Amino acid sequence: MSKRVMVAITALSISGGAALAQEVKVGVVLPYTGIGAEFARQMDRGMELYLKLNPDQVKPYTITFVKRDSKAPSGADAKIAVQELLTQDKVDALAGWVYSPDAIASAPLVTAGKKLAVIMNAGTAFITNLAPDFVRTSFTMWHAGYALGVASAKTLHAKTAVVAYSDFPPGKDSLDAFKAGFEANGGKVIDTIPAGGAGAVPDFTPFFQRAKDEKPDVLFVFVPAGDHAVAVAKTYNALGMRAAGIKLIGPGDITQDIKLQDMGDAAIGLITMHHYNADLDNPENKRFVGAWKKEYGADSTPDFTAVGAYDGMAAIVHAAQATKGKMDGDAAVKSLLGWKFNSPQGPIIIDPETRDIVMNEYLAEVVKGPDGKLHQKVIGEIDHVKDECKAQAIGPCAPKK
Amino acid sequence: MTIEAASVGCATAGLDHPAARVLIVRHQLRWWEALPWFVAAAFYFLFPDYLGFGTSLMIMVLFALSLDLALGYAGIITLGHAAFFGAGAYTVGLLAFHNIWTEPITSLALGALAAAAVGLASGLVLLRTQGLTLLMLTLCTMALLQEGANMAHDYTGGFDGLPSLDIAPVFSVFEFNPLYPDTQYLYTLAILFVCFAFIRTLVYSPFGQSLTGIRENLLRMHAIGAPVRRRLVVCYTISAALAGVAGGLWAQTNAYVNLSAFDLDRAATVLIVLILGGYGRLYGAFVGAAAYMTLEHFLARIYPTAWQLGLGLLLLVVALYARNGILGLSELICRGYRARRETS
Amino acid sequence: MNLAIDFASILLGGLAAGTVLFIVSVGLSVTMGLMGFVNLAHGAFAMFGGYIIVLAMNRAHFGFPVALALGFLGTAALSVVLEQSLYRRLYRAGELDQVLLTIGLIFIFMAVLTIVFGPQSQPVQLPPELRGQINLGFMQYRTYSVFLIVVGALIVLAIWLAFERTHIGAQIRATVDNRRMAESLGINVDRLFTVTFAFGSGMAALGGGLGAEFLGLDPQYALKYLVYFLIAVSVGGLGSVVGVYYASLLLGTLDFVLKLYMPKGGTIFIYVLTILVLLWRPQGLFGRKSA
Repeated sequence: MSKRVMVAITALSISGGAALAQEVKVGVVLPYTGIGAEFARQMDRGMELYLKLNPDQVKPYTITFVKRDSKAPSGADAKIAVQELLTQDKVDALAGWVYSPDAIASAPLVTAGKKLAVIMNAGTAFITNLAPDFVRTSFTMWHAGYALGVASAKTLHAKTAVVAYSDFPPGKDSLDAFKAGFEANGGKVIDTIPAGGAGAVPDFTPFFQRAKDEKPDVLFVFVPAGDHAVAVAKTYNALGMRAAGIKLIGPGDITQDIKLQDMGDAAIGLITMHHYNADLDNPENKRFVGAWKKEYGADSTPDFTAVGAYDGMAAIVHAAQATKGKMDGDAAVKSLLGWKFNSPQGPIIIDPETRDIVMNEYLAEVVKGPDGKLHQKVIGEIDHVKDECKAQAIGPCAPKK
Repeated sequence: MTIEAASVGCATAGLDHPAARVLIVRHQLRWWEALPWFVAAAFYFLFPDYLGFGTSLMIMVLFALSLDLALGYAGIITLGHAAFFGAGAYTVGLLAFHNIWTEPITSLALGALAAAAVGLASGLVLLRTQGLTLLMLTLCTMALLQEGANMAHDYTGGFDGLPSLDIAPVFSVFEFNPLYPDTQYLYTLAILFVCFAFIRTLVYSPFGQSLTGIRENLLRMHAIGAPVRRRLVVCYTISAALAGVAGGLWAQTNAYVNLSAFDLDRAATVLIVLILGGYGRLYGAFVGAAAYMTLEHFLARIYPTAWQLGLGLLLLVVALYARNGILGLSELICRGYRARRETS
Repeated sequence: MNLAIDFASILLGGLAAGTVLFIVSVGLSVTMGLMGFVNLAHGAFAMFGGYIIVLAMNRAHFGFPVALALGFLGTAALSVVLEQSLYRRLYRAGELDQVLLTIGLIFIFMAVLTIVFGPQSQPVQLPPELRGQINLGFMQYRTYSVFLIVVGALIVLAIWLAFERTHIGAQIRATVDNRRMAESLGINVDRLFTVTFAFGSGMAALGGGLGAEFLGLDPQYALKYLVYFLIAVSVGGLGSVVGVYYASLLLGTLDFVLKLYMPKGGTIFIYVLTILVLLWRPQGLFGRKSA
């Protein structure tokens, strides 16, 4: 958990060319306790796995972590953590942030601190506008939402949709994104249902009952990954909505890899759009998943949060190499503009204008494999997806004056 | 003996009666009361890297003091005090975010006013009840405010809150630097001092004494004709105003406000802090906040789950053996020491 | 759409939600009403019991009924130990100390479960007979919801009978009414407290296990739902089993209906209702007015 861990991966020159190991200190802000603890653990593992699998990329530098707990997603603890990391521990770069309020609260400090800050999860679109040193390697709700809107109209041939979403900003973001993509391609959103909060899992029955009564072609659902998603799948089945001809779709948060097996047969047939699932068939991912299972157990699996951290680590290492270990904020950020990387999720680029990630989105369906386990089968793909909210400068995504 | 009788007694019997003597000198400043302020000032010079932590500590002290007024002195058990904290925080936040008003000190005053309004309104309605009913009502009011703030997310930013608040420099000179919170620390210290001076005066005034009477023996207070309900509501309102100041400070020093201002977690924490330090004793808030937040900040870093376990055990021990908190415990020790000295 | 089916599905949905709330909260109502002890750790007992039940099914592959029995007994046993060692000492203490003690217990439970089982939630797999939908004649409905409603009704009936018809029930009612008098009649109040507390905690465990399909089960459970248990108990009236049953069903159904027709205001409703009820009748719908 959140010990003051010094993970020293020494650049042991086994081959004999002894270079001086230069230390690059990375301050990590993750919710090690509280409701986000599971995400924090996945992301820790993602970062460490990158360093383990790619020692040659890291040489001759040593990455040391200073980990801090951001606890509840109120922003206050994240802020203090960032302040102390910058002023006391004098880190060379910052990383982490699961919850958007934490990243938002940290923004003024990041601007003042002038160090590279890699967002490895938080998905609210306008966050990267808040500080010039923010680089995001995870996603925004618009990546999946907009793409799914487009795909629903074009690939799934849906004409009407009902959107049910958890009533907090990522939910509303997803709603706006899906609606924009769907209606730009001939679809119509006939109802939007705020379905409880992001904290305790609500009973989705009344919300889904309402959706069922409206008989849409698809029901787009956004809920936080984890228990909410499991409840969604169960309620969808319990109300017999598939038999009623309503497809359940959503961003990959609802079929998060670490929860997928627990959802049981209720999840079969769910269609999601996401930049990553553990079943992706590319050589990078095969290597990644294989190493993960070897390191952390055959029953464990990486998920999109782990990949966000993996890619984020790769970005930091790239910046270290490019700035020769000095990690001056402006230079580090500059080195990542337009940076290309072969991630387990496919090829990714950091958009030079927005410092946000550009990646592939995969349309996937949950199926039962021959091994009796649930897998996600890719049925469609959209390459090179940008964050449309910033691209179209919608609402708060418009760049700050 | 009532206060009135005591003062009459003084006038006639002179200052010889021990009870009279105690009551007369009660409000006078003792030497150790300067200690917290010395410590706070010393902290500024000794630990310049921990000023962010220090600022949150002082905000917690103010928040706990406000709760002490309601809980410790008037006996109102509430789990909803974060309602006022949030009211103050959001007033300051909304004014700053929508660029209506950014001067810090007057914003705090406005925040206090807003919180007082909420306190007055809810106090008039809720303080008719007691015990579990009152507890639940305060809780529900706070939750209602939180939900309301979420529903008005177009203005309040909802869960993500209002980021990057513009706070004008104090007295147009001292700027708030997010990375080096020196100004924030001294600003908070000054506000805390002013508020504490106010609370202390209030507590030793006749009004404050009558509050203690209400807490200790409600029936008798009714019997002597004290306007109990009115006193309670006034006390609750003042307590709310002070909690609003704490909330406003929180918003200003973080340059950020979100729904967590209304969290049950926050209300429960301040209750724990106060009971830990010792309620009904002015300085319980200081001791409790210092102990709790220091332990949390440093222990939680090392092993967070163990911190939760340790806190639980600490609360258990305090509940069973140290009913009046740390201050109560130290009082016991002092009394025991004094008794031993007298007998030897 | 058939109006009768609509109405029925709303009613069933609300009743099911309310029943889950009831099963967990009934123990709290009884202990708070009888012992006058503010036991905020009730949710922690529900969580603990839920873990026993779910893990017994997942890891030890016990059947559902056996797991439920294990959960009930295990939690009841633990509660007796805690009651004798900790709670007993604070019976005469003020509410604040009780609050402090029980909050401390909550943290301890949460920390221990996190350390032993990790922070993630435990998957719940219902036995196959309870999954899917059941044919009610005029419509299909979620089997588990129907099951819960039936179980809830049986429980409240059983408890009510126990209170009204058995010797120990009479003793409990007497003690709630007038403790001193009951003691002078020779009723061993201490032992009564222990038994009632054990029963209440066992019920919480059942609620935790039965409700896990809807409420989930993770180390945060004890705090997440505490407010709802307290609301059910205070609206229903302390010490009244029937009261907390009706209150839970009422809250569950109204909450369901409002979320169905006005999802935008959904979450605010339960607090508004509680405030209105408590202002109108501070002792709860079925509580007794204090002297």
